[in-house]
Amino acid sequence: MTTTRLPDAAGHFGEFGGQYVPETLMPALAELDAAYAEAMADAVFTRRLDGLLRDYVGRPSPLTFAERLSERVGFRVYLKREDLNHTGAHKINAALAQGLLAQRMGKRRVIAETGAGQHGVATATVCALLGLECVVYMGAEDIRRQTLNVFRMKLLGAEVRRVDSGSRTLKDATNEAIRDWVTNVRTTYYIIGSVVGPHPYPAMVRDLQSVIGREARMQMLERAGRLPDVLLACVGGGSNAIGLFYPFLDDPVRIIGVEAAGEGLQGRHAATLNAGRPGVLHGARSYLLQDRWGQVLEAHSISAGLDYPGVGPEHSWLKVSERAEYAAVTDAEALDGFQMLTRTEGIIPALESAHAIAYLPKLSGELGADDIVLMNLSGRGDKDMGTVADALAVTI
Amino acid sequence: MTDRIAEMFARTRAQGRPAVIVFAPAGWPEIDATVEIVEAALAGGADAFELGMPFSDPLADGVTNQAAYQQALAQGTTPRTVLEAAAALRARGVRAPLLIMGYFNPLLAYGVGRFARDAVDAGVDGLIVVDLPPGEAAELEGPARAAGLHLVYLLAPTSTGARIRAVAEHAGGFIYCVSVTGVTGARQELPEELTEFLGRVRAVTDLPLAVGFGISTRRHVEAVGAVADGVVIGSAFVRTIADAPVGERTERIRAFLGELTGREPGRIPMAD
Repeated sequence: MTTTRLPDAAGHFGEFGGQYVPETLMPALAELDAAYAEAMADAVFTRRLDGLLRDYVGRPSPLTFAERLSERVGFRVYLKREDLNHTGAHKINAALAQGLLAQRMGKRRVIAETGAGQHGVATATVCALLGLECVVYMGAEDIRRQTLNVFRMKLLGAEVRRVDSGSRTLKDATNEAIRDWVTNVRTTYYIIGSVVGPHPYPAMVRDLQSVIGREARMQMLERAGRLPDVLLACVGGGSNAIGLFYPFLDDPVRIIGVEAAGEGLQGRHAATLNAGRPGVLHGARSYLLQDRWGQVLEAHSISAGLDYPGVGPEHSWLKVSERAEYAAVTDAEALDGFQMLTRTEGIIPALESAHAIAYLPKLSGELGADDIVLMNLSGRGDKDMGTVADALAVTI
Repeated sequence: MTDRIAEMFARTRAQGRPAVIVFAPAGWPEIDATVEIVEAALAGGADAFELGMPFSDPLADGVTNQAAYQQALAQGTTPRTVLEAAAALRARGVRAPLLIMGYFNPLLAYGVGRFARDAVDAGVDGLIVVDLPPGEAAELEGPARAAGLHLVYLLAPTSTGARIRAVAEHAGGFIYCVSVTGVTGARQELPEELTEFLGRVRAVTDLPLAVGFGISTRRHVEAVGAVADGVVIGSAFVRTIADAPVGERTERIRAFLGELTGREPGRIPMAD
């Protein structure tokens, strides 16, 4: 099986991926591809990155056996605690490495798009750490939902640019960030927040997030003496999921990604792999929520980080090659999952991660008491207090 | 089959002037406005027209075009209505080159082979797909070539020699040379890098070169015309349409192009 050797040199995962971008960006992508390969082959660079991941981010992140949750669902659940990273989610892993790469490439200006604000906060944090100028594009709707993260970014010295076009969410923020990059490509590094976009981003962000799966694999072998039976992670763009999945692709492990079914697959949702079809958006070919004419549909999820009509091309490949399965849970189910983890383990998850939690009870009929599910707890829920309070009709 | 694009450049070269290619989104400001706008532009002195095919996420366009595309989509514009507008122009006797400029996903959804055939049937001469560089274009190139449709590619000042050669190998009709940063309306002189950039492209291709550099004045047209075979007038033309009061659109378009091409508006017969 050659799955782990993908993508090919032009960034294709089977029929997916590639570089569907304006010509203006092609030289920049080639420059990035070369600079990234050079940096990762440079021991000075990787030592600095590893040192900061340890001393600044707090890696390795713990693996927690969720005992009361396990009793509840009837099998053993281990949580990979990306919520305990500095800035509260897995996003910092790729942002930190790319910030160092920007610095190495001599680009003093960094741009990013953000949905929930976690990637924006991670990018703003890294820019503060490294002394880089930072501009974050964020949809007006997400700014409304994630005021706390907007404030955090501003405190960190980033300029948050509000995007009012289209659905005013992550997809539109990404359009604006790409426009900025097209215009300022010579001086600017674009830190994409997920495994989406043109090559080399999907492969690069996957490799940088794979630290999650590499650590978790070792931790599982140490703690349980064996590999897990099932891997579970939420999928929006899919960076936390691919980060967990990738180091296990050649192992006999069942892999499940959980998308956001929003109000249900018949209504507004963000379940791209479940209900979309292949198309091209933001530089890559992948599954896409679109109408019959190829116009991109607005996604919906209670979780801003999953509210995206596309998905990383490698997930599309893992779906059609049947290496991974992709399920979907609704907003209401995600809220139940959110409360279940909070009450059984004393861990308040991000609403994104709550989608993976919400899928656990659905596995109860299939798994026995000795089976092990390794779930990526991709972020913490502090940022979602307002949304959850609204959804539960509570006034804070 | 006649090649309208090659004929146009042969004629404008013989006349010692650049071909003036005008862009506007199709199905905008009203869904049925396209025929009137194209005919007014040609009457004003434009040599060819690029119909923008609306896309929900036009990441290589600025806010003006994005807003126009959104409006066109809301009004029911689809690839089919864009092709219908082209067919209607041909039925009315328009002989100038017509191109469609757009993004790849609507073509994929339509079916690239079917789109290439339907476009040629509608009288379309060329296709510019802004997010489809040659490396990804194999699945469109075959059907386009079979149908007799030019695939026009873009190059930018950031393009390396290798990119320029790759694009030149694949390109048909002409090469569309775009800027990274554009020129502002106030700028009177050509950016120095444009001449250098066009020189690098010229060195590897005999195809005509058209330049889209935020061209908005007669002086821009003259200056670019001295170094390129064609000029593309996009956002300045779109703004002209957007700003025209109801009932005065045709006159405003003809006046705008009359000034840019250096002709009196309305006095010059349509290019044949």
